[in-house]
Amino acid sequence: MYTFSNKLKTFSFVLIILGVIGIAYGFLTAPKTVQDVELILSEQHHGGHGSHDEAHATTDSHAVGDSHAEVAAHDEAHQKHLEHVLHQLQNKPWSAVYVAAIFFMFIALGIFTFNQIQYAASAGWSPVLFRVMEGLSAYLLPGSIILFILLVASSLHLNHMFVWMADGITDPNSPKYDFIIAGKAAYLNIPFFLIRAVIFLAGWNIFRMLSRRNSIALDETGDLTYYKKNFKLAAMYLVFFIITESIMSWDWIMSIDAHWYSTLFGWYVFASFFVSGITVIALATIYLKSEGYLDFVNKSHIHDLAKFMFGISIFWTYLWFSQFMLMWYANIPEEVTYYIFRIKEYNLPFFGMLVLNFLLPVLLLINTDFKRLSWIIVMTGTCILVGHYLDFYNMIMPGTVGASWYIGVTEIGAILFFAGLFIYFGFRALAKAPLLVKNNPMIEESKHFHY
Amino acid sequence: MSSHYEAPIRKPLVLGDKSYHDVTVDVARPVEGRANKQWWIVFSIALVAFLWGVGCVAYTVSTGIGTWGSNKTVGWAWDITNFVWWVGIGHAGTLISAVLLLFRQKWRMAINRSAEAMTIFSVCQAGMFPVFHMGRPWLAFWVLPMPNQFGSLWVNFNSPLLWDVFAISTYLSVSLVFWWTGLLPDFAMLRDRAISPFTKRVYSILSFGWSGRAKDWQRFEEVSLVLAGLATPLVLSVHTIVSFDFATSVIPGWHTTILPPYFVAGAIFSGFAMVNTLLIIMRKVSGLEDYITIQHIELMNIIVMITGSIVGVAYITELVIAWYSGVEYEQYAFLNRATGPYWWSYWLMMTCNVISPQVMWFKKIRTSIMASFIISLVVNVGMWFERFVIIVTSLHRDYLPSSWTMFSPTFVDAGFYIGTIGFFFVLFLLYARSFPVIAQAEVKTILKSSGDNFKRARENGNHSHNH
Repeated sequence: MYTFSNKLKTFSFVLIILGVIGIAYGFLTAPKTVQDVELILSEQHHGGHGSHDEAHATTDSHAVGDSHAEVAAHDEAHQKHLEHVLHQLQNKPWSAVYVAAIFFMFIALGIFTFNQIQYAASAGWSPVLFRVMEGLSAYLLPGSIILFILLVASSLHLNHMFVWMADGITDPNSPKYDFIIAGKAAYLNIPFFLIRAVIFLAGWNIFRMLSRRNSIALDETGDLTYYKKNFKLAAMYLVFFIITESIMSWDWIMSIDAHWYSTLFGWYVFASFFVSGITVIALATIYLKSEGYLDFVNKSHIHDLAKFMFGISIFWTYLWFSQFMLMWYANIPEEVTYYIFRIKEYNLPFFGMLVLNFLLPVLLLINTDFKRLSWIIVMTGTCILVGHYLDFYNMIMPGTVGASWYIGVTEIGAILFFAGLFIYFGFRALAKAPLLVKNNPMIEESKHFHY
Repeated sequence: MSSHYEAPIRKPLVLGDKSYHDVTVDVARPVEGRANKQWWIVFSIALVAFLWGVGCVAYTVSTGIGTWGSNKTVGWAWDITNFVWWVGIGHAGTLISAVLLLFRQKWRMAINRSAEAMTIFSVCQAGMFPVFHMGRPWLAFWVLPMPNQFGSLWVNFNSPLLWDVFAISTYLSVSLVFWWTGLLPDFAMLRDRAISPFTKRVYSILSFGWSGRAKDWQRFEEVSLVLAGLATPLVLSVHTIVSFDFATSVIPGWHTTILPPYFVAGAIFSGFAMVNTLLIIMRKVSGLEDYITIQHIELMNIIVMITGSIVGVAYITELVIAWYSGVEYEQYAFLNRATGPYWWSYWLMMTCNVISPQVMWFKKIRTSIMASFIISLVVNVGMWFERFVIIVTSLHRDYLPSSWTMFSPTFVDAGFYIGTIGFFFVLFLLYARSFPVIAQAEVKTILKSSGDNFKRARENGNHSHNH
């Protein structure tokens, strides 16, 4: 039985408190009026105003304001520009929270999905790790609730992250009218958007709750029907997941760039959080072992997790490349603006993420012996988590804050806040049940597992 | 490799009371025995189909590809459909031998040999279509980057068609090496059992002088793992690059980012269906029911169901996003697929690929040999129509309505296609009579952990122990 140590608990609280301070700082320092923006911009003037203007033009053509570009009068254009930057800067703390919130919720979802795949595949190596997965995925519920609150906040126009939510954007008589977004209104409208979110989030959480309940019941009763129930549940979950996963990625991420579309997007997002989830399982397992728990988990189990980190990192890169290369090659303006803007304005995070998510994991983990060394896995795991955070950052920020991005106190604060919550809820759940599942028919095979 | 302990809940992979020697005898029997009448009948039919194909190809080469139904608007039709279909079928072999090896799926050992054979034979069929579409197949070597003595022949490295040349030739070579490596100890087994000096001579050449020393085995294990590592990215890359042939274009219905992984899923889907088709027959004809059990068929059916569902999700995604994109051309391309003049091929594809595999949710159906066989044929028909739908319906109504037209195949198109099916079966039937169709050396490694009699003995032992 694991006890949630006071040290770790305090650590998670410290993270949460630091996070709250960082987030609060972000919201308090966000500009309130156009005058504030003018001040900020004039301070930056010596920096690179040229590139800023250029970037602004690009954002405009690819986000909402096709009509903006037509405005001839300079003053009016300037005023619009300031307003635009104001919205971007006001979005920034919201987006910082949103990226971190969705990333950590996705990690819990990725862990749960990995757990379900183990059941559905009747895997024999992994049952000794089931309790770690069940525990860490406990963050799914709080994470879902927070994400839903953020989606509601956007729906209430507390921010301008989702341009398609703007009033009058589907109204032909409004100056804000956007022809393309109006065409999507049957799908992209606030009530339907929120209904979908409720269905997806509630669905995943119900599946997790049932699976956990059966797992505990199997421990206590030794009744194999609970094992069979979990097998069937896993199959049903995976069907539900493959459909809802794609749709939620269009809703919560792709629709931020409301004009842009990619059929691969859902699977790409999946690969990103799946590898992050597996990485967190590996890191938590190594932590628990270092604290003297999980003595039944041997090097071969760690090795297998590292293989998954290696393999899914390559799979993620494969999907990244497929999406990027096809759009780059075809060079269709509607599609390729997505990447042009990122390469121009997000160059470092955009290409840096490839180093963190592909190059380093491949180089560090290709060696068999390295996959069995804790410190290598911790190092690579850190790269993977930072890299996939950046991946979501790159997916979300360009559509919400445009070129006005930087990773500062708010972003780091948001990461700390959600990391703290994740640790708190994950390890609290870990302490609620024995670390080794009992009566699972595969458990002996898993204990004997040797590569 | 994997641990020796196996959970009692797992079903046996080898049925009956088998000893190591029984495995040898069972695998050698079809090779050492004589062909029966059914074999000759099927072989004759396949040979006739093959010869018919040879005739059609000869006609194509001597007259020109104007003998095909392709036209100015639909410049690619049956040729490329057949090409993609055959390449796709090949995928299951690589997946079984490489990916399932990495995932330590012991059940792959009963089917990997034949699946890999199928891979190699089907890639050979696939390769013929682009070669004969060239019109002058004797200049086929021009697709390779050649020195310029021949004039300005330097290939276009920007073209996905060229990437295809590299991808598929790499695929064929790696698969062949992988297959043959696995065959070495089994050929040696046949060599050691051979009675006539001629057979002995042939199998000793084929087995590359395999001696069975510990060093041989150690190298064998090592090279298998390395090849599995090399072949795993190939499972993804080959069909990905085939999909690039279409997806790099700016043609609605072709240019879509989901195409690479969805082509791969579709390829595995059709490949497993074909493995099921072949093995359901072979296990019966060659008396291998104890090795290729109902459980094996069930597991393959589950893979068919999973990949079929993935393909289904991709179809729906394409439809939804075509609407969501707001791009008129995208929307029309998909509307035309579903309701245009080729609507029947679209709905055939949907029924065969998305709906039919869903029956595998019922255990009764997925463990029924007859149902599995029928579904496997249905899936192969469906996957052929998938490629036809993607290729022909996207082309026949292009950007210029005045050039809109229809495609209808000629007897030469059909003959060439039937010919490849004949050729494929000729090769497979010859293989079934001369190769060890089950990786007996590998099966022997799991006999004690997963053999029915050993499992039963262990269970009884435990039982008496406990009481």
